[in-house]
Amino acid sequence: MTETKQAHAGDWVEVECVLLEPADRSTNLPAETAEKPLMMWVKGFAEGQAALGEPVTVETMTGRKVAGKLSAINPGYFHTFGEPIPELVHIGKDLRAKLAAYRASQTGGA
Amino acid sequence: MATKFDAIMARRGEIMRRALGMDYSEFETSPIAFDYERMMAAHGYSLDDIVAIQTKAGVGHTPLLELHNLTDVVRSTCEPGKGARIFVKDEAANLAGAFKDRRASVSIHVAKEKGYEGVIAATSGNYGAAVASQAARASLKCIICQETYDSRKIGQPEIVEKARICEAYGAEVVQMTVGPELFFHMVELLDETGYFAASLYSSFGVSGIETLGLEVSQEMRALTGADPTACIITHAGGGNTTGTARGLKLAGATDTQIVSASVDLSGLHMASDNDFNRKSFTTGHTGFGVPFATWPDRADVPRNAARPLRYIDRYLTVTQGEVFYVTEALVKLEGLERGPAGNTAMTAAVSLARDLPAEATIVVQETEYTGAGKHHWAQLNFAKQMGVEVRSGDPRQNKPGTVIVIPERLEQVQANDFDVARMRRSYVRNSLKAAPEGYVPTADDIAFLAADTNSTTADVEAMLVELAGREA
Repeated sequence: MTETKQAHAGDWVEVECVLLEPADRSTNLPAETAEKPLMMWVKGFAEGQAALGEPVTVETMTGRKVAGKLSAINPGYFHTFGEPIPELVHIGKDLRAKLAAYRASQTGGA
Repeated sequence: MATKFDAIMARRGEIMRRALGMDYSEFETSPIAFDYERMMAAHGYSLDDIVAIQTKAGVGHTPLLELHNLTDVVRSTCEPGKGARIFVKDEAANLAGAFKDRRASVSIHVAKEKGYEGVIAATSGNYGAAVASQAARASLKCIICQETYDSRKIGQPEIVEKARICEAYGAEVVQMTVGPELFFHMVELLDETGYFAASLYSSFGVSGIETLGLEVSQEMRALTGADPTACIITHAGGGNTTGTARGLKLAGATDTQIVSASVDLSGLHMASDNDFNRKSFTTGHTGFGVPFATWPDRADVPRNAARPLRYIDRYLTVTQGEVFYVTEALVKLEGLERGPAGNTAMTAAVSLARDLPAEATIVVQETEYTGAGKHHWAQLNFAKQMGVEVRSGDPRQNKPGTVIVIPERLEQVQANDFDVARMRRSYVRNSLKAAPEGYVPTADDIAFLAADTNSTTADVEAMLVELAGREA
């Protein structure tokens, strides 16, 4: 049995809304952008109880009330550095060797 | 039928006037010309006043560092007697980690003085962090409108990090999918809240950067006895170039060459949902650099204070792969781990230094903070996830959105000159297009266009003749 996640009043959450339907969007957009709605997300404190996907109003950090669909509860940040990049890892070693060789050539009476 | 978008945009002038606390119409002198210097001076702050505002705000006075190791490694690749000394202004040392703090500090000061309850800015870049940080210090509310995600709700790690830092400073971050309507929603929010528009392109913001040019001149004179031969500036919307160049001139550094540098993102569409996550750079690129230089008044203020063609002597482009290479080189050679986009000018400096005599000096006038997401590894790992190929090789084979080629050797880092004369012509063409149909430029208009493109009136007259010929 899967339990639907619930947010309670006062929880820090994120809501999602459609700002502009495709028909209301700016002209001169590339086709792949024009055919999609302009979406918006904002975080705030839930004003009531709601499950993910259900409508809820939040009070944002500036005190605005924004109504939308509950899209995340206690949303975090998961961006990172990731693995070393093989195409970059040799650069430091190469350049330090190049620098040492150059300095040796300068002091070696070149 | 007027859409919701059209309805707000029709009231834009009135909303922005209140939100900027400034009526731009008083600077207009004709359908083409306006009094730029009067607009820049209208806030009434002298350069000394701005230094004082920024000192109080914890902004500016960043270290100027000579990069001895990078200079020598560049000299090892060029002919004897060549290889200019490279210096960097470590702007990452500002409170929120970038030169953008200079820009934000003046806007926030003005908002506070004029009694606004809060500020709003539309930005996916370091400027958001700067506004949020300065707003927190001034006890002002803050909303940052950010283009964050593609339609699948996937965001570049660099932008996601900028949302995090803005939220850390207590800002409300309104995140949106791809599209220029970001500005529409910003105008809607300005209307709803009555907050101050902390535009990147107001005279407040651009005046705030003048102190950077001033510090570069003062510190280079103290360190080397002279102004730098060249100051190289990462170029996006044009504010960085404009403000720094103005500051250098105010300091008397009139011989310093002004070199702008951008990452070449040609081939990628800035409003494309498909291209959005394949750019690998969120700023400092030609996707902003060229359109904003050739038509500055596309910005969110009636007249853009950032007018880089007034100041640019050269405009260099570098590839994505070259910037990632130099970012890694800077970490390993100089102990400076900084964000990749802010190293765009550094990359062009490596190339420029090779062509200048060893006695010459180059100042790279910024760095930006780095960290999770906002790091060259994060950007490259994300590029791979988005299907962009990453490989070592000849950077001339770099193709934005398709393949990022990391140079194998420093010698391969080679900036390209972008045709500034073409940009000037394109600016003049756009100015004419914005005027009513059939409008004939007057002598005053020609003088304005000459100043706005750093050309002579004879140059502008020749451009007008050429454009008329093309229309006929």
